Amino acid sequence: MDLSLASRTEGDKTVVSVGGEIDVYTAPKLREQIVQLVEEGHYHLVVDMEDVEFLDSTGLGVLVGGLKRVRAHDGSLRLVCTQERILKIFRITGLTKVFPIHSSVAEAVEATG
Amino acid sequence: MGTVELRFSPLPAHVRTARLVAVSLARRAGLDEEVLDEVRLAVGEAASRAVGRHEVDCPAEPVLVRLTDADGLFVAEVVDRAHGSASGTDVLLGPVSQIADHPADELPAGFDLAVIGGLVQDVSVEVGANGSVVRMCWPVPTAPRRAAVPVTQSRSPGEPAH
Repeated sequence: MDLSLASRTEGDKTVVSVGGEIDVYTAPKLREQIVQLVEEGHYHLVVDMEDVEFLDSTGLGVLVGGLKRVRAHDGSLRLVCTQERILKIFRITGLTKVFPIHSSVAEAVEATG
Repeated sequence: MGTVELRFSPLPAHVRTARLVAVSLARRAGLDEEVLDEVRLAVGEAASRAVGRHEVDCPAEPVLVRLTDADGLFVAEVVDRAHGSASGTDVLLGPVSQIADHPADELPAGFDLAVIGGLVQDVSVEVGANGSVVRMCWPVPTAPRRAAVPVTQSRSPGEPAH
């Protein structure tokens, strides 16, 4: 299963919609997208994970790397996720303390800080 | 079910195959749907780790995933043949939450095992000079007992009832 990626601007943020499975095979594609967006000057990102069906530690690593990249430009990286099976890996790893996780894209776009 | 073994070239594309096979067999063994998510993630993490170790050390050698349903347990073993001494990070970490306190550019080495440790209660990692084995076990729910069904004797036609 391939990974689907689409990005759009909403307000002052760039929303990256991700679909499919994020694992060791597909995670590089997500990393490339995040790197490209940051290089283009998009420093406030919202990663919409509502259509993500699987996420492992490789995917978490890409998100952590993305967070550090935007923070180097005083930016932000927020996540949208309500799926318990995906939230579970964030809880297990304690990364709920690191990433702001929202229940909708609208909420993430409106958030500040 | 017995044992199913899957050998695959250490390519990231095959990690998904290992996940799918493990979940399929775990479902057949009778594990609950919620537990299947654990199996999917844990086997995937172990397989990713093995692929990574082989890519560095022995890219021509296959990774082995052994899946067994016996004695009330569903067991998944991921075996790699990467050489190298055991490192401090190649063990199941304790409180994973501390990792969040130091978010590096990427995640620290051993994070995959940390995830497995947080998911699976019965897990062991054996690391030797010739490879390592990550062994994960899940109890198979016992089938519910059927309620006793009263058996009535049938009589042949013409036979008087007692």
